[in-house]
Amino acid sequence: MKSFTVVTGIAAPMDRANVDTDMIIPKQFLKSIKRTGFGKNLFDELRYMDEGKPDQDCTGRPLNPEFPLNFPRYKGATILLARENFGCGSSREHAPWALDDYGFRSVIAPSFADIFYNNCFKNGLLPIVLSDEVVEKLFQEMYATEGYQLTIDLHTQTVQTPSGEAFSFEVDAFRKHCLLNGLDDIGLTLEHADLIRAYEAKRREEAPWLFDAVK
Amino acid sequence: MAPKTLYDKLWEAHLVQQRDDGSALIYIDRHIVHEVTSPQAFEGLRIAGRKPWRVDSILATPDHNVPTTQKERASGVQGIQDPVSLIQVQTLDDNCDEFGIVEFKINDSRQGIVHVIGPETGACLPGMTIVCGDSHTATNGALGALAHGIGTSEVEHVMATQCLVAKKMKNMLIKVDGKLGKGVTPKDVVLAIIAKIGTAGGNGHAVEFAGDVFRDMSMEGRMTVCNMAIEAGARAGMVAVDQTTIDYVKGRPYAPKGELWEKAVAAWRDLKSDEGAHFDTVVELRAEDIKPQVSWGTSPEMVVAVDETVPDPASESDPVKREGMIRALQYMGLQAGQPMTSIHVDRVFIGSCTNSRIEDIRAAAAVVKGRSKAANVKEAIVVPGSGTVKAQAEAEGLDKIFIEAGLEWREPGCSMCLAMNADKLGAGEHCASTSNRNFEGRQGYGGRTHLVSPAMAAAAAIAGHFVDVREWGNA
Ligand code: SF4
Repeated sequence: MKSFTVVTGIAAPMDRANVDTDMIIPKQFLKSIKRTGFGKNLFDELRYMDEGKPDQDCTGRPLNPEFPLNFPRYKGATILLARENFGCGSSREHAPWALDDYGFRSVIAPSFADIFYNNCFKNGLLPIVLSDEVVEKLFQEMYATEGYQLTIDLHTQTVQTPSGEAFSFEVDAFRKHCLLNGLDDIGLTLEHADLIRAYEAKRREEAPWLFDAVK
Repeated sequence: MAPKTLYDKLWEAHLVQQRDDGSALIYIDRHIVHEVTSPQAFEGLRIAGRKPWRVDSILATPDHNVPTTQKERASGVQGIQDPVSLIQVQTLDDNCDEFGIVEFKINDSRQGIVHVIGPETGACLPGMTIVCGDSHTATNGALGALAHGIGTSEVEHVMATQCLVAKKMKNMLIKVDGKLGKGVTPKDVVLAIIAKIGTAGGNGHAVEFAGDVFRDMSMEGRMTVCNMAIEAGARAGMVAVDQTTIDYVKGRPYAPKGELWEKAVAAWRDLKSDEGAHFDTVVELRAEDIKPQVSWGTSPEMVVAVDETVPDPASESDPVKREGMIRALQYMGLQAGQPMTSIHVDRVFIGSCTNSRIEDIRAAAAVVKGRSKAANVKEAIVVPGSGTVKAQAEAEGLDKIFIEAGLEWREPGCSMCLAMNADKLGAGEHCASTSNRNFEGRQGYGGRTHLVSPAMAAAAAIAGHFVDVREWGNA
């Protein structure tokens, strides 16, 4: 998993409450055999004027001119500014996969749906909860300033605005440790690789038939 | 030392690390992989630049999506008509080639349903921990192994680390003593168990099946029972090792040989619960009370004996259950009080990881021999669980018996068990099926599944409706 330390990037708006996982990545794209490539279908129904199909080349599709992510000023955004209960709906891990694949590293909102919040951490995406007032303030500043950038520092647990104003956020210590070091569940288990090897060596002595290769 | 259950012993033998929060790292000996739940796991390995920890512990085969007609199978992967299925099977091939994983490809004579090929090849052995990205992995517990299904992230985790993060489950003992009557099969035993304890009865437990009935049962029968442990809510089911187990494993392609075999057998002899071991939950049934079963509803616990009638929701006191029954009857198009034998079937499916091994095929063939499929049955397909089962059945001439009776003899795969390939029920059609799940739409949109044993399914194909196989001469 990608580690997350400090990210400075353009903030883009998803200015509505209760954005569900179907909105983030509609169900027809779940048939994919991949974990990557969902970025082009992120917010598919809002982003394009036609109906998206799996495995389609999206370059020629008509874009919705009203949808902010299609505005040139938000091009290359890495931070998504959102409203309450972001990520509600199903448990699909495809939602964080799609945000990540599009290029987002963090989502800032007043609240998140539980499962989505958990899934983000498994995929190197940092969900940040800030108060309603702060989120509202960030929205206003972003709308007023083209090229509005935020700096997120996971070490100090702060979000800094271009004027130097900083807002702190909470994050579980264990999750912070994993994100800072880029550790997913697998990474964590691999921290104990020596234990696994020691077990293997002992077991190979006791029960060598368990280690016969499948041929 | 305190007496231990079989599950306690298997757990302890595989414990790599116990953590304070109750979770543990468990070493995995065998990992079976199929095309549906593996692509994102392989992709994850690639993105992270990881390799499988022990590539020779993995065995792969495509099963869920493969077509079962000879015509479609003839040209291998490229012959698969459904483009989504084709991509999934092709992707498994590509991933296995890339990572150097042994795969029984679509037209390999050993290809088959994951849970059939594991024991059959000796890739799955007593005393192992076995995982697969599929809930019916519990089948392998029949070998005296700890086997359970895992999700896609866990598939990746096991590939990368050879370990699974797990919490120890509780111990449950399901004991069936006595002697089964004529025409009563392992499938009927497990359906009767689920009817008794319910689909959540085994939640949070590892189940050991014990008692006369399982001691007398063949290995294949034990696999049928362990296969459906998950339908009773248990992630793992198992049977202690005895001579039957050892005789079954002996000589299989991947089973240990020579001196190693002797050592292994000596170790396997201890794979049983100690006298006086503690079980958190104990359930007992009498063999004599079990009759051939037929499911009437949309959950595997909605099952009655074939000589009974469709139950009446009005007699159910629990309002939630009553609602469920009403809804199920509506979906199934059945009337309360109607005899089970009055239900006509449109299609028959003999196959799936529950009942597609050679004994199942033999049992079905014995029923249809010299008889003909009823005219109202549109289609009756027999789908062997693997290429090995298929070859054995053909060597015994069983394919001819089915074909002469008007049934179809197909190529191995999951087929109509979950209808990911072309084998499906039409809306409203009733199916006598030897599979394990009768959920709404499982075998096709609007399809109506009745879970039965192979002999009962075969008899329904001949009669055109459910019949009591105990009343059939050679059943
Ligand atoms: S036969 Fe059915 S239950 Fe068994 S693995 Fe295949 S789809 Fe799953």
